[in-house]
Amino acid sequence: MRNLQARYTRDRLILLVVIVGTILAALPLTLVLGYALVNGFSSLNWDFFTKGPKPPGELGGGMAPAIVGTLVITGVGLLMATPFGIGAGILLAEYPDNKLNPTLRLLSDTLNGMPAILKGLLAYVLVVKAQGSFSGFSGALAMAFIMIPIIAKTTESVLKLVPWNIREAGLALGLPRWRVILSLVLPAARAGVVTGLLLATARAAGEAAPLIFTAFGNTLLTLNLSQPMDALPLRLYAYAISPYEDWHRQAWAAAVVLLGLIVLTSLLARWVTRGR
Amino acid sequence: MNEFRPVANPESGHTEVMTLDPSLKARIEARQVTVWYGQKAGVKDVDMPIYANKVTALIGPSGCGKTTFLRALNRMHDLTPTARVTGEVLLDGVNVYAAGVDPVEVRRKIGMVFQKPNPFPTLSIYGNVVAGLKLVGIRKKSLLDEAVERSLSQAALWDEVKDRLHAPSMSLSGGQQQRLCIARALAVEPEVLLMDEPTSALDPISTQSIEDLLTDLKKHVTIAIVTHNMQQAGRVSDFTGYFLNGDLVEFGPTNLLFTTPKDKRTEAYITGRFG
Repeated sequence: MRNLQARYTRDRLILLVVIVGTILAALPLTLVLGYALVNGFSSLNWDFFTKGPKPPGELGGGMAPAIVGTLVITGVGLLMATPFGIGAGILLAEYPDNKLNPTLRLLSDTLNGMPAILKGLLAYVLVVKAQGSFSGFSGALAMAFIMIPIIAKTTESVLKLVPWNIREAGLALGLPRWRVILSLVLPAARAGVVTGLLLATARAAGEAAPLIFTAFGNTLLTLNLSQPMDALPLRLYAYAISPYEDWHRQAWAAAVVLLGLIVLTSLLARWVTRGR
Repeated sequence: MNEFRPVANPESGHTEVMTLDPSLKARIEARQVTVWYGQKAGVKDVDMPIYANKVTALIGPSGCGKTTFLRALNRMHDLTPTARVTGEVLLDGVNVYAAGVDPVEVRRKIGMVFQKPNPFPTLSIYGNVVAGLKLVGIRKKSLLDEAVERSLSQAALWDEVKDRLHAPSMSLSGGQQQRLCIARALAVEPEVLLMDEPTSALDPISTQSIEDLLTDLKKHVTIAIVTHNMQQAGRVSDFTGYFLNGDLVEFGPTNLLFTTPKDKRTEAYITGRFG
């Protein structure tokens, strides 16, 4: 009986350790979120979403160019990254004995671990240098470099979760392998693949570093991808290190909007995979 | 291949066997088929015919190679990087392993039903049946509708699902799912249907409905069925091959093999002394 009591005590002790650990891990996140929300919400107003930045010293203005720019840059980046990311994921999961695979896996892992600023540098060399000017497109390309390995990884892992017998069933019907993958395996993994796309988007949307010397920033609203384009993380950074009190407040507001976008994307990912 | 053909023996009593149809034709002829997994052979030097419009059962204890052999017939081992098949599998006289033969074409002619029902989870009942046709470019609705009714009727599922053809395939019971898989395989009109323990995951009633099917089905297709259930082999098959440790120990007409096995190992197995 005493032995049993000891076990109960040990059980409670371990539970306590787990709970304390969880709180410690969640605490910084909660503080950051809370601080951003408290400081940011008070600065959010209609102008913030509809107006462009005012010159230094002038109060008011907003971040319309940055909000639109972030949506455009990450959107175009996602469009570019999706075929490559999903393609790489398919190759890794469905053709494990392919000769390209070891190289591809190494590349994908390296690209995943590479600092985002280096991806910006790559886009800078490939596009900005060649074109002679900063542009939204080069920013989108940098975003795509961030997204591709994430999409490849999630696609690979969800494809591997699709039961092998679905592939066998398709092949036994006399379907070619690519048909089986595109029409039968990929649809079965659809929710997971879409989640991967959304998570990659959320991850890339928050990056400022790769945009510094690609999208560069712009105080004017533009949809032209060959022009410098603003983005929320860029504007946030610029305002946060500025000496102006009003800009600091707007930087907090930008943080809240960015957080909102990312939370929204994650919720969308949850919703897509609901009930699975 | 004639050694198992019955010798006319008026005293044996196997009258049915003696009147073997002289027009009996091998749809598939396996010659010296060996399946290698790396250095190890899963089945060794199997010579065996699969007669047209008959049901051929492959029996034997677990791990004896019966499924391995079955999967060699429609080149399913192509997908296992470590597996290699030697020997010949002649389908209507043409070696399916010959250079230049497309495995996709082979599998179109030799369909397969698996141990566990495996309908495509994202497709409806209708979608499952037409999957093989649709994905090779047949789009005409009248043709697809026709194929659905024909295959589902052949698989004895039509009456149960005709009012909910567009319901998700996963809403069916296990036995219905397996019959759906049979219908799906039949929709592409294969010449041969390979069945890998198709009833082992099913309850007795579903099992019986699938066994009943086979008798009708063999009018249209040639059937090879792997089963670990000897009673099932006895009930449904015309010919039986007994596998042990990768060898085909004995092959012959089912009633003969079950009543007067030539090999002591076969006798030991069918009388239940092991396995």
